Amino acid sequence: MKRWVRWLILLLFAIYFFGPLVSTFVKSTETSPGHHSLDAWKALVTNDEVFHAIGQSLLLCVTTVLLMLVLLLPTMIWVRLRLPQLSRTIEFLCLLPLTIPALVIVVGINGVYAWVNYFFGYSPWVLTFAYVVLVLPYAYRSLDSALAALDVTTLAEAARSLGAGWFTVIVRVIVPNLGAGILSAAFISVALVLGEYTFASLLNNYQTLPVVIALFGKSNAQVSEAASLATILFAAALLLLLSFASRRSRGRKGV
Amino acid sequence: MRRVRSLASWLGVLPFFGYLLIFLMIPTVVVIVGAFRDNTSFSMSNIRALGDSAVLEALWKSVELSGASALIGAVLGAVLAAVIVAGSPTSFLRRIVTSLAGALAQTGGVALAFAWMATVGLSGTVTTLVQDVFGWNMGNSLWLFDLPGLTLVYCYFQIPLMVIVFLPALDGLKPQWREAAETLGATRWQYLTQVAIPLLRPAFLGSLLLLFANAFAAYATAAALISQGQSILPLMIRAARTSEVVLGQQHLAYAIALEMIVVVAIIMTGYALVVRRSSRWMR
Repeated sequence: MKRWVRWLILLLFAIYFFGPLVSTFVKSTETSPGHHSLDAWKALVTNDEVFHAIGQSLLLCVTTVLLMLVLLLPTMIWVRLRLPQLSRTIEFLCLLPLTIPALVIVVGINGVYAWVNYFFGYSPWVLTFAYVVLVLPYAYRSLDSALAALDVTTLAEAARSLGAGWFTVIVRVIVPNLGAGILSAAFISVALVLGEYTFASLLNNYQTLPVVIALFGKSNAQVSEAASLATILFAAALLLLLSFASRRSRGRKGV
Repeated sequence: MRRVRSLASWLGVLPFFGYLLIFLMIPTVVVIVGAFRDNTSFSMSNIRALGDSAVLEALWKSVELSGASALIGAVLGAVLAAVIVAGSPTSFLRRIVTSLAGALAQTGGVALAFAWMATVGLSGTVTTLVQDVFGWNMGNSLWLFDLPGLTLVYCYFQIPLMVIVFLPALDGLKPQWREAAETLGATRWQYLTQVAIPLLRPAFLGSLLLLFANAFAAYATAAALISQGQSILPLMIRAARTSEVVLGQQHLAYAIALEMIVVVAIIMTGYALVVRRSSRWMR
């Protein structure tokens, strides 16, 4: 491809992708035509409703990543070590949420969430249970490729022959070797949870950030625009960070 | 003893299966069963309601939207991916594009709707610019909230998704194949049309199907863009869930949800078949 053609194509894509982001910034600062201020951006911290929503969304990211790891990681390691005949089943189940849209799960999950709310109340973190299902396919892929790069069986046999219990094998021998995979599973989960709107809005209008952004759209669009842009940039920055982290750890192994 | 041991190892996967049973299987079964019931007993009325002209129209519009945005997204995304892959895998350009693509495709949702309203909405930057320069108010026709606008906005997360899923396929094209073709005297064009494109075709087709399913199942962007109305299936589910006036609407939501499962399942089965074919080559 000729050099200038390549740059021309890139320029056109840059306009398409950065145009709306720049527009969002411009509109978020526009108080009235021709007048600009950063009030909407300050509101992200000073407005109680928005600030609280940001906190709830970040909390949800943490709880989702933790529960996802606690649920998925030991299961995947265990299946590799003791029940290899189940690996296809686990893969199928983990990828199933790609085929069953979130919107469909929301429609059918009322009964289950009646119990969840009964036991855990109505604060937004209860969304964690649904979000773990949502991030499953992506987390599975990251963890699976990390596990595939590791000789799990040999590591486990070595540790077992030295007298380690299964808990020690999983938590202290195998997991520390999966750094990059865990990191990428975590970051992709965060990127998904941060923008999740379907469950949050349709289940019970839980006041997570995307729900509050949509809510403010009618009364104070500048705040919505500032929060929207902040969300996208934050997620992009996280993923950029991840790209450096995963490349470095791969480079260390010389692959 | 052996039996007991193997039984014990099955206990290790019990939490995972239990969790998915509660939070994935039960909701799905509730939807499927609910689609065939009215408030008291077995009934085909919800399934029959899928044949209503309003529901059919929404289904058709969903298919149009998903098809158009998947096609545009796949073609443009493949072009963008090809441009990036020409550089080195650790280049800054590639990192920037892939991380922004990840943010738009995965976090996206509501935020994208607001980004586009700020651009081409009623008083968006481009709308104002066009008004000032050409004296034409493009915001008046409300095109942003109909099929053309939805397609434009959906492409904003479809192209990035294509970049993410298609880059590995492009990376899988070995430089040796190109060298072999060149050694045999192939021109650039011949290499492209007779080697690269046939090799990439299954991956492209698979990505296209994935993009279709992605758009078909997407809810957040459309919901944030269109606060009232039920022009596409996901919004119809919202309307059926939130309207408490009409009794039995809840069950219509089940039926539409079942329809969505069926469509997405067909597409994803096709995807799985195509991917299995292509993974034979791409190693």
